[in-house]
Amino acid sequence: MIKFISSFISRIMNSLFKGRKNIKLGLYGPPNGGKTTLANRITKDWLGEEMGTVSPIPHETREIKIKEQIAIKSGKKELTFNLVDTPGIATKIDYEDFIKHGLSERESKKRAKEATKGVIEAIKWLDNVDAVIVVLDGTKDPFSQVNLTIIGNLAARNIPVLIVGNKIDLKKAKIKKIETAFPQYPVVGISAKFGTHMDEFYEALFTVFR
Amino acid sequence: MLTLEFVPYHEIANLSSIGRIRKLLNIAKQNKIVLLEGRLKKEEETELIKTTMEEINDEFKGIELAVIYPTKGESDMFTKLKTNLVDMIAGNRLGLTIIGPASIVKAIKKDPTKIQLLTQEIKGKPKRKKK
Repeated sequence: MIKFISSFISRIMNSLFKGRKNIKLGLYGPPNGGKTTLANRITKDWLGEEMGTVSPIPHETREIKIKEQIAIKSGKKELTFNLVDTPGIATKIDYEDFIKHGLSERESKKRAKEATKGVIEAIKWLDNVDAVIVVLDGTKDPFSQVNLTIIGNLAARNIPVLIVGNKIDLKKAKIKKIETAFPQYPVVGISAKFGTHMDEFYEALFTVFR
Repeated sequence: MLTLEFVPYHEIANLSSIGRIRKLLNIAKQNKIVLLEGRLKKEEETELIKTTMEEINDEFKGIELAVIYPTKGESDMFTKLKTNLVDMIAGNRLGLTIIGPASIVKAIKKDPTKIQLLTQEIKGKPKRKKK
């Protein structure tokens, strides 16, 4: 019964998208999951240009970045959206962690301050997005409270969600674990860095967000 | 010394969302680990993260958060109905929320049968206050 109601709501939500030109598709997730790497992969595939810088130091993306009018096509299917890359959501930010990555104390404190503002902005933007791709690091524990909070919040708002298990190029990646953690959502395993399984990812976008 | 403060659900039941967040965050900012009976609403959890970010400074590094909730899992129709009914009656009283200051709690690992609270290593000896 619950499944029926949720699929009914999902159908209504999806039908609302039809005919809309400015769907805002948000990329959400914890820091260093690969949101910007995926955003770059999408924009490079369809616009021929990258969207943002990536770094092994967490909280590289500290501001909302938007790329407008991305049209993806597959056969007769077409989906146009504005891609919103958001800063990673975290419950703690310690400038000393950035010092461990080789930044100076001054740079670290500045980065920490910007990162906290970034998280606030990302949360505020939950009110503006129409659909969300949650990008999770496939090598990490999917049951972290940040993941559960983000996905639970999106469910409460009836926002359609596609979960991406990123970094499948790494041996430690376990996409099955993500599927087990969130059985009610479609999950696609990809490597945004190497472009692995991107065709499956685009097909999933058509299925979930059309 | 590690201090755990238990907050019964009735203490937050009649508070507004911001009041609940304020109460829990104030306890965590006193370097205590909060054990809340029940859980916050999903939007309150997000608001808790947002408020935490607004208050981060050199002293307060944020929080570790975990919500433990009885899993519904694979069960028969009758058990599901029973669980849904209990959910309707008890609301957010079910489960347990743990909020620990990041300066004390490094991580909270959840397992179906246990919760592990990994604490930070204490650096150096505590300083004495000068009179």
